[in-house]
Amino acid sequence: MYKGYQTNKGIFSSLDWITIGLYVVLLIWGWFSVCGASYDFSNPNVFGFGSNSGKQMIWICTSFILASALLMIEKRFYYNAATFIYVLMIFVLILTIFIAPDTKGSRSWIPIGSSIKLQPAEFAKFAVALAIGKYMDRYGLSLTNMKEFAKVVGMIIFPMLLIIAQKETGTALVYLAFFLVLYREGMSGSALFAAFSFVVYFVVGLKYEDEYITDMPVSIGEFTVLILSYVFTVGLMYRYERHCPKLTEMVIGGIVINIFAYLFSAFVIPFNVCIVQILVNIGLMIYIGAQYIYDKKFKHLLILAFAIASTGTFFLCDYVFNNILQDHQRVRIEVLLGKKEDIRGAGYNVNQAKIAIGSGGFFGKGFLKGTQTKLRYVPEQDTDFIFCTVGEEEGFIGSVGVLLFYLFFIWRLIILAERQPDTLGRVYGYSVVSIFIFHLFVNIGMVLGLTPVIGIPLPFFSYGGSSLWGFTLLLFIFLRMDAERNLKSK
Amino acid sequence: MKDVFLERRKFVIAGIALFVVFVYICRLAYLQLGQNDYKDTAIHNAIYNKVLFPSRGAIYDRNGKLLVYNQPAFDVMVITREINDLDTLALCKTLGISKDEFIKILSNIKDTSKNPGYSSYSQQLFIPQIPASEYSILQEKLFRFKGFYVREHNIRQYTYPNAAHILGDIAEVSPTDIENDDYYKSGDYIGKQGVEKSYEKELRGTKGVEVLLRDSRGKIQGRYRNGEFDSVPRPGKDLRLSIDIELQALGERLMSGKRGSIVAIEPSTGEILCLVSSPTYDPRNLIGKERGKHILSMVQDQRRPMLNRAIAGAYPPGSTFKPSQGLTFLQEGIITSGTPFPCTGGFKYKNMKVGCHGHPSPIALVPALATSCNGFFCWGLYHMFNNRSKYSSTNEAMTTWKDYMVSMGFGYKLGIDLPGEVRGMIPNAEYYTKHLNHWNALSVISISIGQGEVTLTPLQIANQGATIANRGHYITPHIVKSIKGGSIADSLKAVHHTKVNPRYYEDIVRGMRSAVLGGTCKGAQNPWYEVCGKTGTAQNKGHDHSAFMGFAPMNNPKIAVAVYVENGGFGAAFGVPIGALIMEKYIRGELSADSKVRASNIQHRSIN
Repeated sequence: MYKGYQTNKGIFSSLDWITIGLYVVLLIWGWFSVCGASYDFSNPNVFGFGSNSGKQMIWICTSFILASALLMIEKRFYYNAATFIYVLMIFVLILTIFIAPDTKGSRSWIPIGSSIKLQPAEFAKFAVALAIGKYMDRYGLSLTNMKEFAKVVGMIIFPMLLIIAQKETGTALVYLAFFLVLYREGMSGSALFAAFSFVVYFVVGLKYEDEYITDMPVSIGEFTVLILSYVFTVGLMYRYERHCPKLTEMVIGGIVINIFAYLFSAFVIPFNVCIVQILVNIGLMIYIGAQYIYDKKFKHLLILAFAIASTGTFFLCDYVFNNILQDHQRVRIEVLLGKKEDIRGAGYNVNQAKIAIGSGGFFGKGFLKGTQTKLRYVPEQDTDFIFCTVGEEEGFIGSVGVLLFYLFFIWRLIILAERQPDTLGRVYGYSVVSIFIFHLFVNIGMVLGLTPVIGIPLPFFSYGGSSLWGFTLLLFIFLRMDAERNLKSK
Repeated sequence: MKDVFLERRKFVIAGIALFVVFVYICRLAYLQLGQNDYKDTAIHNAIYNKVLFPSRGAIYDRNGKLLVYNQPAFDVMVITREINDLDTLALCKTLGISKDEFIKILSNIKDTSKNPGYSSYSQQLFIPQIPASEYSILQEKLFRFKGFYVREHNIRQYTYPNAAHILGDIAEVSPTDIENDDYYKSGDYIGKQGVEKSYEKELRGTKGVEVLLRDSRGKIQGRYRNGEFDSVPRPGKDLRLSIDIELQALGERLMSGKRGSIVAIEPSTGEILCLVSSPTYDPRNLIGKERGKHILSMVQDQRRPMLNRAIAGAYPPGSTFKPSQGLTFLQEGIITSGTPFPCTGGFKYKNMKVGCHGHPSPIALVPALATSCNGFFCWGLYHMFNNRSKYSSTNEAMTTWKDYMVSMGFGYKLGIDLPGEVRGMIPNAEYYTKHLNHWNALSVISISIGQGEVTLTPLQIANQGATIANRGHYITPHIVKSIKGGSIADSLKAVHHTKVNPRYYEDIVRGMRSAVLGGTCKGAQNPWYEVCGKTGTAQNKGHDHSAFMGFAPMNNPKIAVAVYVENGGFGAAFGVPIGALIMEKYIRGELSADSKVRASNIQHRSIN
């Protein structure tokens, strides 16, 4: 239990004004971008409440009010209420699935009054951050303990599934950011490595699936995935179980067999080398399995699971791609990987976004002078694709400026998170950091054509009240926690 | 509580953020600073150059009668997105199409492979050029058909059914036109034939442009920089032709049912008064959507109505060529006006025989022209080509002869301001050396009477008439008299002198006058003015061609005319009466009662 002082005195002096300054700068910068994006040549009224820029101004002002109010709420409250908030939020998310009307295929928006809609999924993030923070804030908890790790993961996955049920896959994916927090809190780095590996398998496997090694019936994509599974598995073995007997012999043997098979295929009879590589991988699995039976080390079982899953990607990749993903998601990925050139259809957004940004040049076209964004060539130009306006009107200088400001902002938040006296503060802080990193990574990445088109906003820039309030909520709860860092607790 | 090992992981997390930002900055540098065409694409996307079409210049005849003008036409347009609650049957009925056609047109519009510029937000062409009568009905009902609009634009219209070959027509530009001149964009119109083609630059004017901003749905959002780059269209210039449309109409009437040509020139200016090519067609057939169909049927027509025979038909000139020979012999001193040559039933020498008809022998130049004696001119050429005191060889004589012909406007294009002129044929020494093993004056003797290898266009024959009327010079024959707000090319005003001294022309004029008074052209005689003429009966694989060349009045000539009727027989059969009527109509303004009867007779005589 917290026994912090009841007074708010001293809070303002220990508030982190640098972060608040960055917050205000990003908000104002964002508002100008929304002006640029929603500007109408035939109706040039930036402040009119009919226009998005006018409405955004209202959202910004209310955010300031929200922020001030949040600074009044003590950390103690969150500690006490975290579980309640989490449960309440889960309830709201479930309710949303049933009561939200269909908005462009998504059932995540709850209308309040006639013109305002709120998206509970945007607010659920802080609830999850608080809940896992509180859960982990106990002496002796270790994420290496599988049971506790599983509970934390469950707390993250459950709301995620609910949001997926609302057909808001993009917003749900944001919850993956919490794994970065878990990593900071002791989750094994190999989990991150494994996740990274599977992304690599998926991308490489799909992109080069239909390309073949000269004169051989071998798909470059499939072969590379198998080799990578082998290399990654062997890498994990060396990292954690260096002293296993006969490991090096196993590895060398595998490589020799593989080279021999390749040469045989190239010069004697062309055949699918993948078969040999699969056999080699299976051999490696049997070896690891034998090690597990021999010494019963849990790590061996995990590595075995990784090896099986890796090689399984070879078979599963296509299945996931063709059967699990929805049509539009599949097309987006194909376009992203350059497998499909579809300028009019699915690739249209990204192509027009690239045109808008590219046309900005070094200095940009100037405030309200962008033609590409203003004339609605870029869809979602004031929400998900807001960065196009920055690129077109403010050019390279403005775009890099935004990125650097964000980097500074994230860096500042990491410092703040690290200086928290307790796990709740730190976990919550890193949740904020991770969510911002994830949004930055995905949103700007998709505008630049580097990540798939996932409809999540750019914090403080994208038009919209829910996301702005959601981020303000997330940030200012943390800033108040940070302001209490010097108070005696416990 | 602090775990130093785990705290180091903040660097990993910060490193991820740093890495992402670094990669994105590199990507931005590639997109924004690298060489790429994103900038151009953005401009093409957003800037819409709305072309303002100038009105095309009108065309008048020499007396100021309007021949060609612009008429509004109406295209039915559709914005597919706006179609709502459509009474398809009523629309089809109004437009006179079936429901199947309606569905087909609409699906063609939506098919981006056939209609690459398709947008459901902008007007698409539904039916081009509906008649004004349909338009007025449609306009009343238009409010009921949401999404349908009418676009007005100009098409060419013709006052007279005549002069199709001269006026020509306009049609959509071909890919080649666009390639040759970047003024044109797909869908523009360009002159395809006649003066519409040769005076395209004057007639078309200059397009204007409105630079507009267009959104992704093709909707106009306003002017780019308040119209700073806009320009106003400049209308095309009006043309005044040298043609007398009534004379042209008479000519076409006289030539009906026959193949051939009539060309009349004002000798003092080179202005073409009429240029008839028969068979002809009504220029109105080539307006708008009917054009393709009519062109196809005309191209397939054996009689070749599209061919402008006056300038693109090369015919053996026959005896109309003889004046040029007389002039050459006189100037070269081969004969004098009194030199007689024998002709008893024609030219006979060694194995060569060229037939002639009954007349006294021997015969001198003037009566030879009057009776169209073949023997005289054959002997003249024979003596010229074998005159070794003047020419070292037959070759040299041939070359001299050819130079005379060229100076009279034969063998090369005259340079008329119409497309499609051909040069005809004046053989030279090289030609014969190449095609005949051994040749001499005898083997080429028929060129002296306008047969053999010699061919001329009717325009060249008429021009010879004008040259004789002018006594030794001609002005490039041309069809455009003046351009409003401009001037015709200097080459069309150039005076060309032949190699023959004007005084020798008087002998030819006397010869041509006596042909009318008592020779082959008696039919051209009239009580009002003195006509000079020369018939021609050009031998041919089939029936002979009937030709006539003449001018009037003899002194101070106002008109020179050439008539060429394919397979018309003797020159006196068709050439003379047609030429006489043309001259009478032009000089007197109206045909006399007798002449009208004659004109009607000729009009109804067909040659199959």
